Amino acid sequence: MNIHEYQAKALLRQYGVAVPEGRLATTPAEAEAAARTLDVDVVVVKAQVHAGGRGKGGGIKLARSPSEAKNVASEILGMTLRTHQTGPEGRIVHKVYVEAASDIARELYLAILFDRAVEKFAIIASTEGGMDIEEVAARTPDRILTVHVDPNVGLGPFHCRRIGFWLGLDAAQVKKLETFLSGLWRLYLERDASLVEINPLVVTEPGELLALDAKLNFDDSALYRQAEVRDLRDPLEEDPREREAKEIDLAYVGLEGDIGCMVNGAGLAMATLDMIQLCGGKPANFLDAGGGADKEKVKEAFKLILRDPAVKAILVNIFGGIVRCDLIAEGVVAAASDLGVKVPLVVRLQGTNAAQGREILAKSGLDITTAETLGEAAEKVVAAARGGSA
Amino acid sequence: MSILCDKSTRLIVQGLGKMGQFHAKLSIEYGTQVVGGIAPGKGGTVVDGIPVFDTVRDAQMKTGANASVIFVPPPGAADAILEAADAELELAVCITEGIPVIDMARAKAALAGSRMRLLGPNCPGVVTPGQCRIGIMPAQITRPGPVGVVSRSGTLTYEAVDQLTRLGIGQSSCVGIGGDPVIGTTFVDALALFEADPETRAIVMIGEIGGSAEETAAEFIKAKLTKPVIAFIAGQNAPPGKRMGHAGAIIAGGKGRASDKIAALERCGVTVARSPADIGATLAQRCPGLAG
Repeated sequence: MNIHEYQAKALLRQYGVAVPEGRLATTPAEAEAAARTLDVDVVVVKAQVHAGGRGKGGGIKLARSPSEAKNVASEILGMTLRTHQTGPEGRIVHKVYVEAASDIARELYLAILFDRAVEKFAIIASTEGGMDIEEVAARTPDRILTVHVDPNVGLGPFHCRRIGFWLGLDAAQVKKLETFLSGLWRLYLERDASLVEINPLVVTEPGELLALDAKLNFDDSALYRQAEVRDLRDPLEEDPREREAKEIDLAYVGLEGDIGCMVNGAGLAMATLDMIQLCGGKPANFLDAGGGADKEKVKEAFKLILRDPAVKAILVNIFGGIVRCDLIAEGVVAAASDLGVKVPLVVRLQGTNAAQGREILAKSGLDITTAETLGEAAEKVVAAARGGSA
Repeated sequence: MSILCDKSTRLIVQGLGKMGQFHAKLSIEYGTQVVGGIAPGKGGTVVDGIPVFDTVRDAQMKTGANASVIFVPPPGAADAILEAADAELELAVCITEGIPVIDMARAKAALAGSRMRLLGPNCPGVVTPGQCRIGIMPAQITRPGPVGVVSRSGTLTYEAVDQLTRLGIGQSSCVGIGGDPVIGTTFVDALALFEADPETRAIVMIGEIGGSAEETAAEFIKAKLTKPVIAFIAGQNAPPGKRMGHAGAIIAGGKGRASDKIAALERCGVTVARSPADIGATLAQRCPGLAG
């Protein structure tokens, strides 16, 4: 789960991590008032969307007076911000964060994440702050330092000294980094974060450390014990279908094609998309109905798939293990008749109670094409989407 | 022979909820020795003919159990894994999906000093055809034979096993290692076990997008394996930045793409099936004479 920059900075403050003064605004008038209360020469007005690259997309602007802050905010609020992370459709900006501008001497990079390759936490530091870290890694990998932290030992002052002196900080700044980094570390652990990224971490002219931007991601699996984090969710930033799917415990990812898919299991669901593509078709979605798929869930899944107007045919691919194919078949029949499915339907059932499932489909009198193997199922649904007979 | 479990395995069930009970029953029907269940506070009772104990230690001492299958819900699952290790079992298979990464990272690090092997979490378990079933796999699609199957996915494992069985090719053991970012037994661990198992003559490995486990496995295969390996990687068309169901299946920061994994495997002598429908056929072509 992602949160906004202003929310991330409020959390950082709770953990004693230094951030610039700032105020949230949802109207130009609020932005003007915010700039006035901040009482500084220059403010930065920043679009609040869950995507990086906001500056290049025109979502971050300077203002030298409260009235200029108002004007700038009126340009940003309501705009459709397109960056390399939003996709071509972009994001509509509903909020801006008005922040005191800082005197920047140096821009650095700092992040905490989990390194799967070594199964330890990793602190990533770089002297190249304010840049895309993946680009730095590709072009100048020697300007990135990775320090691993054992999950059961935790962060020590020696980690901070190693990072601080490598970054070229002086002894007094290294002390400040220790406070800064230990705040980030406690936040990461206590809030079940999956990424804490400060880019840039700035050293100001007077020699202070400040988190100028902050990106926090959280472990979805741990949200059950993170009520405060859960409350930071912004539904406007989520794909409505993906959000709805999550509410009924389905994993759904919208794609660009025209073949709707319903599969049980993430691996088989990905393989089904691959198979459709190999047969010359384009999948409209990834949908993992999960291990607990039953009649009701199948119906909900169908509703979700059919909400996408691009869908021209649907493939149901179920390999029953825990899931019983007869229950799936009942769900398919119920969904097809109750929801009035008008697009061709191809169903492949294998595994637990597959024979009973196929019998239910055959007896339903509905126009459902069945398939024995994965390859056959994909070929039939691709043909159906092209307008040929399934 | 086989890997991880066989006729002699003595299994307990941690988490005797609806799912735990249901799959314990199926495992017993398959011939697995299920010697006990754990339900704190209900020790001394019997559920579905399975004696219940308060702690894993207690069950281990009274039944001689050497393996456990864990169905405990996410908040207590990492603790259940560590309890199994503390009782000095040889194997714990964790089926639970959705354990927080931090909990698993700590548990995995703590297991470094233990003798117990962990399979999973978020995995379908292991079946040694005709001998033992631990977890949730539909064992009826398996058949005894010479091919080791190891996979990060559940249902895609069934798909692969089904293709093999339809071609008359049996399996030594079918192992699901799970789709989470932190897992106990890795591809490399499972490959090493299959290499050492005299009955296994070839290996099918099913990977997916995300992480770098397949690349690491490729290097290991090149360096250490004498048996032929064929592979499939799911998610060739997955969009970057989207989590494809499994917590671990995400292309992040330009890493974990299927194309990179396929290239790495092929460089190391692995035959990679391009279509998920051709996993069995690809093996039959590379290794004729496995059917029987």
